[in-house]
Amino acid sequence: MKKGLLNFTLKIWRQKNNKEKGKFKTYRINNISPDSSFLEMLDVLNNKILYSKKEYPISFDHDCREGICGMCSLYINGRAHGPDNLVTTCQLHMRRFHDEETIYIEPWRAKPFPVIKDLVVDRSSFDRIIISGGFISVNTFGKTVDGNMIPIPKEDADKAFDAATCIGCGACVAVCKNRSAMLFVSAKVSQFSFLPQGQIERKNRVLNMVKKMDEEGFGSCTNTKSCEIECPKGISTEYISLLNKEYIFSLT
Amino acid sequence: MLKLNSKIPSGELSQKWTNHKSTLKLVSPNNRSKIEIIVIGTGLSGGSTCASLAELGYKVKVFCYQDSPRRAHSVAAQGGINASKNYKGDNDSVYQLFYDTIKGGDYRSREANVYRLAEISSNIIDQCVAQGVPFARDYAGYLENRSFGGTKVSRTFYAKGQTGQQLLLGCYSAMSRQIGKGRIKMYNRHEMLDLVVIEGAARGIIARNLISGEIERHTAHAVIIASGGYGNVFFLSTNAMGANASAIWKVHKKGGFFANPCYTQIHPTCIPVHGNYQSKLTLMSESLRNDGRIWVPKKIEDAISIRNGTKSPEDLLEEEKDYYLERRYPSFGNLVPRDVASRAAKERCDKGLGIENNEEKEGVFLDFSYSIKQYGIEKANELGIKNPTFVEIKKLGESVMESKYGNLFHMYEKITNKNPYKNPMKIYPAVHYTMGGLWVDYNLMSSIKGCYVIGEANFSDHGANRLGASALMQGLADGYFILPYTIADYLSQYVVHKKNISTKHIEFDNSEKNVKDRIKRFLHNNGDFSVDFFHKELGKIMWKYVGMSRNHKGLSESIERIQELRDEFWKNIYVPGKKNDGFNSELEKAERVADFLELGELIAMDALNRKESCGSHFREEYQTKEGEALRDDIHYKYISVWEYQKEKLLSEEIMHKENLSFNFVKLQSRSYK
Ligand SMILES: Cc1cc2nc3c(=O)[nH]c(=O)nc-3n(C[C@H](O)[C@H](O)[C@H](O)COP(=O)(O)OP(=O)(O)OC[C@H]3O[C@@H](n4cnc5c(N)ncnc54)[C@H](O)[C@@H]3O)c2cc1C
Ligand code: SF4
Ligand code: FES
Repeated sequence: MKKGLLNFTLKIWRQKNNKEKGKFKTYRINNISPDSSFLEMLDVLNNKILYSKKEYPISFDHDCREGICGMCSLYINGRAHGPDNLVTTCQLHMRRFHDEETIYIEPWRAKPFPVIKDLVVDRSSFDRIIISGGFISVNTFGKTVDGNMIPIPKEDADKAFDAATCIGCGACVAVCKNRSAMLFVSAKVSQFSFLPQGQIERKNRVLNMVKKMDEEGFGSCTNTKSCEIECPKGISTEYISLLNKEYIFSLT
Repeated sequence: MLKLNSKIPSGELSQKWTNHKSTLKLVSPNNRSKIEIIVIGTGLSGGSTCASLAELGYKVKVFCYQDSPRRAHSVAAQGGINASKNYKGDNDSVYQLFYDTIKGGDYRSREANVYRLAEISSNIIDQCVAQGVPFARDYAGYLENRSFGGTKVSRTFYAKGQTGQQLLLGCYSAMSRQIGKGRIKMYNRHEMLDLVVIEGAARGIIARNLISGEIERHTAHAVIIASGGYGNVFFLSTNAMGANASAIWKVHKKGGFFANPCYTQIHPTCIPVHGNYQSKLTLMSESLRNDGRIWVPKKIEDAISIRNGTKSPEDLLEEEKDYYLERRYPSFGNLVPRDVASRAAKERCDKGLGIENNEEKEGVFLDFSYSIKQYGIEKANELGIKNPTFVEIKKLGESVMESKYGNLFHMYEKITNKNPYKNPMKIYPAVHYTMGGLWVDYNLMSSIKGCYVIGEANFSDHGANRLGASALMQGLADGYFILPYTIADYLSQYVVHKKNISTKHIEFDNSEKNVKDRIKRFLHNNGDFSVDFFHKELGKIMWKYVGMSRNHKGLSESIERIQELRDEFWKNIYVPGKKNDGFNSELEKAERVADFLELGELIAMDALNRKESCGSHFREEYQTKEGEALRDDIHYKYISVWEYQKEKLLSEEIMHKENLSFNFVKLQSRSYK
């Protein structure tokens, strides 16, 4: 039943650091199991590179390999997280590619995500956006009311939950021609605006986060909706409309 | 022995924590801003403690190896978090949660700690709700619960299959708020490589900036280790790839005692291994056992046919299936604790009844067809559909499953290319969680003054086995509600009178030199084998001899083999790169694996010492006739606490015993029948 092993030509972006220019380099890799994940395929390649002792293995970000930490990135054949919808790169499997295919692998390309090395980029601009207001200012001493004292309609809870599933991977920015972080920001803003706990700081939150987003150099949204297609968690652009509404409402 | 003072307060169990708190000393607000605290780790334990300490006004420096605190491994927790709220009216209580946890841990944890945990549990939920954590709700708007292995009540709060992520984002936002205020300084992409101990007290760390490669010195009045567990010693596990034991191991080598290293939880519901290129194992949440029935074929012939694809699970008649958990444990059935479920799966596969076509022929079915049908009928009734067809029922049932476990089913399908709504899932046990860790007293302080350890990195609360949904609970209890009180006691007595420490202190020189020498050694070695090669070899030894079941001969052999492998590692390791290169993932891995190669030996030593079976620790020599764990309370009712001997071989570590006393529960042999 098992499909045969696969061979690929890989064109991989190599860049020593943030100062030096990068370029594509070509590698061949053979006998890859269709069941292995994309990152496992890169592991195999790295092992080969390592044993050749001729150059450094390729650096790429990853940690959980379960599609939940948001650490892995990679622009694969012109798509953030590769050809599948609703998956991260670590959950992408080689059975999605044909034998003898040429695969292009690049880092996220966006000014607010500077390259650190090879395929690794710095996404701390996202953290700074959250720091600017992506929270509810409750103290942590546990002297809050009983959880059931704040009933939340299931529908709102579900919507808040759907927005809260954003893993901060940055694919939405990477794929956007304007390098907009609207999907990411809208997800956080929406999560809180659906919840009663989020109401008190509602206006300030959105104003601060949008301001920070602009300062960090992210572009604005022109509704191309590519972010929604590439988002591994299926965050909907409806939240962007919501963000816009929240923003306008907060200005008044 | 004198060094092991657990500081458990006297008095009635239910009053211990309250009374203890009232005796703890305080630090006045104007002094707090002068006190610096280092935290290693931004998971649920580290993140929550950072937020709380910063809010109290302390200056916090926090380190994590990922690019953002939001990616700490706690993010991966799927199932849920326990709390004794009795929202479901099934007679849950603090005592009941305490009792289940003590029993679940097979009477190898401290009563006082566990009681405190149960007591605090309901605060945690309230706190997280206030932070905007979107827990599952019912139609009336109230919090939902489900049930987990080892309990008979529904006390697990959850957010679909992403409870860890949602709780972590709660901590992360609380931290972010304090970062914004300038009270927390975040050092991401930094790895702690040594603890600096001055005059017997933890006063700083040596860290490596993973981007620039620089070695940095950081001072503090206290150091908190919240660096997670060490399951990656086994190479294949459900842990994140970067999860490491370096922080706790360095603390151990500086005098921090290591407790119960051999207690490793093997989780019963992971996707089976499918190839030797595989880098990690994926967990399917235990919550699936609520709705899934576990079985293998009764007959070996059927197992063989299923493995080689000539039969499919649907071809078997009901009476040809062995629902072995329901058969052996009628009262808990599929919801027995993890160690019991894991061993039972191994037992069936060892008998040749495994259904997965992998090298080891290991795997069992987790079948949802029964629940899908059940839910379908209920839903049809609810919607008033008369005489629904089989197809209609299935469809309705599937949509209920989808709303409960959608993302897990999606994940399973992505990995295996099989649709779990149509075919039963295939699962097998895998290394998941480490109950052992640095020894701490009731205040969560290690045996080094001023070095605290919280979350999975410490050994406390879970005993020989951890029940589901209790790690998140412990991490947050430690971080939000225990440590902020207990650390003040130390800081007030000790630190306020002390001068600030300078990074020029000789101990910093020594530690930094050690760290740099080791890096140099890696980069200059130019051997023939990669780090991964050694890590995989170690993993094979560990899984085979120190895994789900252990015996004297295997353990003795594993110790020898680990020693040989470690020698070989230092002779033959190849790590590319130069000293000033900066970003170097191979070097990062080498640092971690070097530590695993030592810790692995200690795990085996501990398992060899414990001549009984308890919880996750199963010694083949000590079992009942029915193959259940046989505990020995007369000789082994203690926590084994290992002390590193400076400049000596690991095998010369000294073991201390902290005796456990049970005054509020009666020791019983654990039965889930
Ligand atoms: C797949 C999976 C599912 C789980 N599901 C559940 C569940 O449903 N319910 C439950 O209760 N428990 C669950 N657990 C267990 C639980 O998630 C963990 O035990 C818990 O989250 C650990 O939290 P922590 O804060 O101790 O450490 P972690 O979250 O592991 O955080 C460790 C932190 O330390 C940092 N760090 C580590 N080493 C260093 C170093 N040397 N230098 C600097 N920083 C370092 C890391 O960067 C990270 O920030 C699950 C575990 C796994 C693996
Ligand atoms: S919105 Fe989607 S694509 Fe963007 S960061 Fe969040 S999960 Fe990633
Ligand atoms: S490695 Fe965590 S999402 Fe891919």
